[in-house]
Amino acid sequence: MGAYALRRLLWVPVTVILTSMIVFLLVRFIPGNVIDVIQAQMAAQNGGTIDRAAIIKLLGLNVPVYVQYAHWVTGIVLHGNLGTSLISSQPITPMLLQRIPLTFELGFLGILVGFIISIPIGIYAAMRQDTIQDRVLRSIIILLISVPNFLVAYIFLYYASVIWHWIPQLEFIPFFTNPLGNLGMMIIPAIFLGTQQTGGYMRMMRTMMLETLRQDYIRTAWAKGLSERVVVLRHAMKNALIPVVEMVGGGIPILIGGAVLIENIFNLAGTGRLMFDAINQRDYPVISAITLIMSVIVILGNLVMDLTYGWLDPRIHYQ
Amino acid sequence: MNIKPAVVSSNKQTEEKRQSFLFTLFKRMIMEKPLGTFGLTVIVIFFTAGVFSKFIMPFPIKLVDLFNVRQPPSSKYLLGTDELGRDVLSRLIYGARVSLEVGFGAMTIATIISILIGATSGFLGKTIDMITQRFVDVWMSIPPFIILLIIMSIIPHNLFTMIMVIGITVGIGGARLIRSAVIRIKSEVYVSALDAIGCSKTRALFRHILPNIMPAIIIFFTLGVGGAIMQEAGLDMLGFGLPPGTPSWGIMLFSVWGIWAAFAISLTIYGINMFGDSLRDLLDPRLSGGVGHYSITAKKMKRLKEKLVKSI
Repeated sequence: MGAYALRRLLWVPVTVILTSMIVFLLVRFIPGNVIDVIQAQMAAQNGGTIDRAAIIKLLGLNVPVYVQYAHWVTGIVLHGNLGTSLISSQPITPMLLQRIPLTFELGFLGILVGFIISIPIGIYAAMRQDTIQDRVLRSIIILLISVPNFLVAYIFLYYASVIWHWIPQLEFIPFFTNPLGNLGMMIIPAIFLGTQQTGGYMRMMRTMMLETLRQDYIRTAWAKGLSERVVVLRHAMKNALIPVVEMVGGGIPILIGGAVLIENIFNLAGTGRLMFDAINQRDYPVISAITLIMSVIVILGNLVMDLTYGWLDPRIHYQ
Repeated sequence: MNIKPAVVSSNKQTEEKRQSFLFTLFKRMIMEKPLGTFGLTVIVIFFTAGVFSKFIMPFPIKLVDLFNVRQPPSSKYLLGTDELGRDVLSRLIYGARVSLEVGFGAMTIATIISILIGATSGFLGKTIDMITQRFVDVWMSIPPFIILLIIMSIIPHNLFTMIMVIGITVGIGGARLIRSAVIRIKSEVYVSALDAIGCSKTRALFRHILPNIMPAIIIFFTLGVGGAIMQEAGLDMLGFGLPPGTPSWGIMLFSVWGIWAAFAISLTIYGINMFGDSLRDLLDPRLSGGVGHYSITAKKMKRLKEKLVKSI
């Protein structure tokens, strides 16, 4: 376990550095770009043109790309400074720090909802494989993920506001001020976010359950005369659950992508929303910063998942 | 005394081998997986609608009828008209073509890229594998939708660029799947035999490894089409997809009578998912009963065993 953990840990800095490079290049290699946009903006605001050289100097674009990258990275690592927004001229770090908790909470609730829905259904479908219940449940779950969740959210909001005269809470209630109010606000977006993943979880749970139920130790449990409930819940489920948990880690990037849409629809002030606005306004420092932070979160999340997986599954110890 | 040979039905086995892989697959799909067959039918219907759209469309997609804007379904305009008076049904049929083009096109590119990266990296092993996997990991760490948004905010919006962008993004992520399939096969005896007889790496990859990871590739492809269509719809919603006015289902979702497009998208993705799911059930070697050259279905196995017991 020690060697595995160490090896796994060592890859993290490498991946983070590579990610930062790719994120940086992704946003920097833009044809046309920043200066034209700013020029257009200035023209719209002041009705005057702007000195291109001055802008280039201000944004630090007059140095070669790798120097820009070095500036950016040292800024982050040494000062915790992720840059300044082009549009609002505000430093990015406080902005992000304010919004990340919301996206975190949304994602966490989303995963929770997904789990609550998919795991029991997956287990039951595996227990009754190929029967009518299995097929019906599978169809329902796949129907859930086939209909685009942002579409359902959109329609839901429309009908809820028109027919039931209900709108989502407009002013955000932080969690510590009023936990119940906060949860009441977040649960509906979380449901829409979570249903996106239920299909994958349920399928994986069912597959793993099917595989586990064919194992010898389960056969022993049956032979001992244990009831179905005990065999499934006490013996099979825990072993089948491990790969599903690993899958959650893999689903985090998709969850973040979904959060962009959901936060947009429900008007939640989270990182997804900030990202969308930034992309619309071509606010490149913000785009780079958020992408980097999200990628680092994903990498760390994967690390935690892998280590938990290694800890839970004794077979990994012997690698 | 008649001593019957222990292997009762080697003839039956060879007989089954002679039936083509596709045929057995198809037969099993229809017999055992009604939902999968339903999914396949849906896909085929929409596919044909897309291919023959020019002949099926009652009205041209760009024909504007400003006297009949936002009409409900009528005998003339079977599904109603949109905000410019264009027939929704015709646009829906053409939209099948556009959406399926995006889906299949993107997944073709994705599959090619995944195989190139994943199979080579998994097969050639050690250093190349390690380095390539780092880059794939990095790519997968960045949320794919965000990559799509960023890239689509830079490049011009048309069908070709969308297919390329979605294809490349999904492809690099899928490399990991293909790689794990290749690694699973690498422990087989025939792979070491390939090296022993001096088979070149390229030949080994394309003639031997690839056909044996076909199940994984097929599942990746089929399930990915649904995802690609949904990504396209999501991009359209945010305004980063196809240019507005294109009769793509994703764009039609948010105009008048978008409910038909919603229905079409949901049905298609549902069919694709059901089909892909049933395909995975049939092809996944880990679950009981795979379909392949050397496999026997569960029912046949039972019959074989009964015959064996009877003959003893």
